[in-house]
Amino acid sequence: MQTDYRDERLVQGVIEEIHKLTTQPWVLMEICGGQTHAIMRYGLDQLLPSKIELVHGPGCPVCVTSLELIDKALAIASSPGVVFTSYGDMLRVPGSGRDLFSIRANGGDVRVVYSPLDAVKIAQQYPDRQVVFFAIGFETTAPANVMSILQAKRLGLKNYSVLVSHVRVPPAIRAILTSPGNRVQGFLAAGHVCAVMGYWEYPAISELFHVPIVVTGFEPVDILQGILMTIKQLEHGEARTENGYPRIVTFDGNQPAQAIINQVFTECDRKWRGIGLLAGSGWCLRPEYAEFDAELRFSVNQIQPEESPICIAGQILQGLKKPKECPAFGTLCTPETPLGATMVSSEGACAAYYRYSLRSQ
Amino acid sequence: MCLGIPGKIVDIYEVNGLQMGKVDFGGVTREACLAYVPEAQVGDYTLIHVGFALSIISEHEARETLDLIRQIADIDTELNLSQASSTQFQT
Repeated sequence: MQTDYRDERLVQGVIEEIHKLTTQPWVLMEICGGQTHAIMRYGLDQLLPSKIELVHGPGCPVCVTSLELIDKALAIASSPGVVFTSYGDMLRVPGSGRDLFSIRANGGDVRVVYSPLDAVKIAQQYPDRQVVFFAIGFETTAPANVMSILQAKRLGLKNYSVLVSHVRVPPAIRAILTSPGNRVQGFLAAGHVCAVMGYWEYPAISELFHVPIVVTGFEPVDILQGILMTIKQLEHGEARTENGYPRIVTFDGNQPAQAIINQVFTECDRKWRGIGLLAGSGWCLRPEYAEFDAELRFSVNQIQPEESPICIAGQILQGLKKPKECPAFGTLCTPETPLGATMVSSEGACAAYYRYSLRSQ
Repeated sequence: MCLGIPGKIVDIYEVNGLQMGKVDFGGVTREACLAYVPEAQVGDYTLIHVGFALSIISEHEARETLDLIRQIADIDTELNLSQASSTQFQT
């Protein structure tokens, strides 16, 4: 049935309905970088009425992980005896001058894990070494990341710690809506973030900012359905939160996951790469779990990060600019020689444009 | 990282106090943690993120959504509905 959500005739039907409904220009933002890639991959932006503009949101965990934390990761990964574990996307993200991949090339023990539980297994295998996991992500990876900590605690492991860089979607939406340069009139909320958290946090945002928010999936038909529902609201002057992805998402979300996240994490201010400090926009470890905090276990606090002066990833992540407005796009900055994380990640907008936009030229 | 892959649960068991399972992704089978879907049963379709099942896919909701979209598209006659609805989540 999943393949039905790529059915060309269904796509065509929804596209036609969107064309029929659209009478004026609208700017929509898809929050999640996975959605950005699907839009570019299937050329969905080309099929929409020219009055509808899609801008790409900050939902790329690798992209918004702050330079300071990446530099801390690089410092920890270079420490003798450390096994540094990470999701694969993170390895080529540039820190100040180098990346995790180059640390591995220089003899550091940096390993890609598919699941954080694999990092816990490595810690069990190497009791004499410190195993650190780079716990990045939005609400989607939080259940997995916190479970690794609980599992390490249950197993009595003293050599496992996490470098936490968790961010949350609702504070980012609020930040975008309060930004003076904001153009976004409707949001496609990130379907899998809502699979975990539900969408109970969003109606208040819809009401306060008078903005439609539609929980949206990742297949072409899902994305177009999300756009259709958002446009329908905008054209009728409505501003509600709706669920366009009910086969995965419920209003309350995954409650066992939320309970365990709340047991281990607490809300904190978080710096987003290219965007800056957003109050209450992150999760960090509760004091009871401080023994698993890699920032405390390794003293890596005196770091002076240095960002590429050309890269405009921050404006791209806020939907203020498109990748092709960057002078370095496709020339100085490519997936092989990235200046910013948005060109590296499989969820980054620049990488999506680089990979798929040649087709539309 | 946020994409998630749908798969079918083919086995459920416990490792170190955690509910785990084997999940079949259209022929490729991997282990996943099922701790967040305590209601999961063998045969259920689930969405896996970084080795964790986060939701059981509602086949009923999936059908309803598709039916709604088909009505919009008014293409019911073009599609072989019985065939479409018996196709499982394979990709």
